[in-house]
Amino acid sequence: MNWTPDQPMVSIKNVHKAFGELEVLKGVSLDVMKGEVICIIGPSGSGKSTLIRCVNALNDIQQGSILVEGQEVNDPDLDKLELRKKVGMVFQQYNLFPHKTALENIMMAPVRVLKRDKSQTEVFARELIKKVRLQGKEDSYPGELSGGQQQRVAIARSLAMKPDIMLFDEVTAALDPETVGEVLTTIKELAEDGMTCILVTHEMGFAREVADHIYFTDGGLIVEHGPPKTFFDKAKDPRTREFLSQIL
Amino acid sequence: MELFFEWFRVLYDTTGINLPFLYDSYDRGRMLDGFLTTIKLSIVCLICSVIIGIVGAWLQASAFTWTRRFVNGYIQLFRNTPPLVQLYFFYFAVGALLPKVETDWGGQAPMFGSFAWAVISLSFFAGAFNVEIFRSGIEAVPKSTVEAAESLGFSRLQIYRDITLPLAFRVCLPALNNNLVNLVKTTTLAYAIAVPEMLYEANQIWSDNVNVTEMMFFLLIAYFVLVGVLVWGMNSWERNMKIPGYG
Amino acid sequence: MARPEFKTDLPVMLAPPERRQGEPLRIKLWHGIALFGFCVLSSTYVFADDTQAPASALSVLVKWMPLLLSGFLFNIVISFCSMALGTIVGTALGLGQISLIPVVKSSSWFVTQFFRNAPWLVLLFFAMFLLPFEFDLGFVVIPFPDWVKAIIGLSLPVMANVSEVVRGAVRSLPSGQWEAAESLAYTRQQTLWLIILPQCVKRMLPPWMNLYSILTMATVLASVVGVSEVMTLTGEALAAEGGRTDLLAPFYSFVLLIFFVYCYPIARYTVYLEKKFAVKD
Repeated sequence: MNWTPDQPMVSIKNVHKAFGELEVLKGVSLDVMKGEVICIIGPSGSGKSTLIRCVNALNDIQQGSILVEGQEVNDPDLDKLELRKKVGMVFQQYNLFPHKTALENIMMAPVRVLKRDKSQTEVFARELIKKVRLQGKEDSYPGELSGGQQQRVAIARSLAMKPDIMLFDEVTAALDPETVGEVLTTIKELAEDGMTCILVTHEMGFAREVADHIYFTDGGLIVEHGPPKTFFDKAKDPRTREFLSQIL
Repeated sequence: MELFFEWFRVLYDTTGINLPFLYDSYDRGRMLDGFLTTIKLSIVCLICSVIIGIVGAWLQASAFTWTRRFVNGYIQLFRNTPPLVQLYFFYFAVGALLPKVETDWGGQAPMFGSFAWAVISLSFFAGAFNVEIFRSGIEAVPKSTVEAAESLGFSRLQIYRDITLPLAFRVCLPALNNNLVNLVKTTTLAYAIAVPEMLYEANQIWSDNVNVTEMMFFLLIAYFVLVGVLVWGMNSWERNMKIPGYG
Repeated sequence: MARPEFKTDLPVMLAPPERRQGEPLRIKLWHGIALFGFCVLSSTYVFADDTQAPASALSVLVKWMPLLLSGFLFNIVISFCSMALGTIVGTALGLGQISLIPVVKSSSWFVTQFFRNAPWLVLLFFAMFLLPFEFDLGFVVIPFPDWVKAIIGLSLPVMANVSEVVRGAVRSLPSGQWEAAESLAYTRQQTLWLIILPQCVKRMLPPWMNLYSILTMATVLASVVGVSEVMTLTGEALAAEGGRTDLLAPFYSFVLLIFFVYCYPIARYTVYLEKKFAVKD
């Protein structure tokens, strides 16, 4: 664990992952530096969601190495709690706990898992609610909130753990078009604050605006990557060009 | 109060409607005991059957094929045979198998009395339904919600206690309450092995007083009120447990 | 609009996923029979060596089997009759519950709830003691033997449950059906008989069969009030053998077994129908 901030915060090396017969990742490598925002794009089924789920050890990998701040994720004796304190994750389906209010959802993990002081956590949780612009919704249950509001609670819930890295797994894919903007704004502000972010997204305009680096995956491999400007305007690989022409 | 009870004696003298469990203190005591026994039997069976349900649902998720088969066999057995025969089987057949125990004054007594056997038999009967109820409740909790908790660093036990069980319980509640109502009605079977519950005591009273008609109507009304109150209480509990924004 | 329409697609309150067909978990009929066979055989074996009984428990059981089976046949007869009676009266009661006439509606509701809340055994006692032993129509006297009273007593809870099944099925149909029929100038009667009820039959079948299974298992209650069905005969057979304790387990197991063999296929078929109809709806 001799990680220093000048080394990559997340270092993925030659990762292979298969679900039974189906090989989803066929040797993926990428590095993320501290404070960097990277976007992973690509057609559905190309393994991009699987990749970031592996970073959080929600899926295990068969081969390769994933280092998060120097901690090896591909390790049978992995301290999952240690890893998950560092890595926050937001899902496509929000996955809030439906029987807890927005505030309770945010406070639950710090209090239960990290055994932090309850009243201090509450102060912090209220700050986070303010940050995601949901003042007044503290005592609402997830079922009473719109999709965009639920997703912002989910972001606040992850932030309450004070993670170093945030993973976003197609967080706007299930939202109504009119609420996509409010969630993207929240993520953008987060990125501007210097949070290290890995996003899987279909929002190309957003990726272009916030990302420092864009990776394009297809068939379990990274086909092409680069800074947004070169990636979107001067894509070399025909697969990338075809994908972009369909999307844009 | 005495005046109220006396009124029923007058009622008997003038109209012939005989309700001894109201004006006669001895019969009143018997009826009250019967009522309390019914309640006690219901509560003890409820607790045991819920425990059987939880353990069964846990065993049903076991990795061993034979454990699962055993639990499934138990469920099908107890659901598809008459509870009365189950009761007889436990009380007479299994009861005869168990060794006798020495009583305080040197006599021999069966290890379990009729009340205990009623509890055992009815709990297994109701438990067979509870296993299925709990299993479906746990399956109804989405995997993605569990995953979200996992990504927040919750341990398996914490997830089970804070997320899965509270959510599964809410899904189970209507079916569980329905089963509880059935359980209360099924306690009348204990009559057959002479557990002094409400039906049994009413039988004693009508044997002594030859007032079957009155006792029958009283019993029907008593169960109607008892079950009615229970259903009403359960429904309002269900409403309270409802998560805002769902359904 | 008082409340904006929110998207609440967290699947928490969804019904549990269906068990897949052909899963190794599914218990087959022979599992139960094997288990019962094991119970019967092992219990006879357990007692075999500690009694100087002239005949083994199993051979005694075999001797009595024809009688017990004929007793069970009587249970089936009772269950058929009670089911028929309860279904006819219960359907009428259920239709009463959806009547537009307030008096009919509320009284049907009350009768349904009253008999639904009462324990089966109490209703059986009720019928046993309060029905006359014969019914005089003036020109002909209809005798009411105990088993006829038992049929009536058991049909009371069946009636109440069928009533609820009918009401539930009618209410579960989308209101569009009523509206469509009304716009085509059907009368309420016509709508009910030509449009609504034919669609309900499918929905009512699984709970109705489930009820039949419960009823069949409840027919042994008649033994408590002295009708000579399988349980009564079992008791008599045991008494005739001189109250040998080693016979108790095999005899009761046998009664359990015949009920299981009869009720389990019904239960399986009910589950099958539920699944089949659930897909189409």
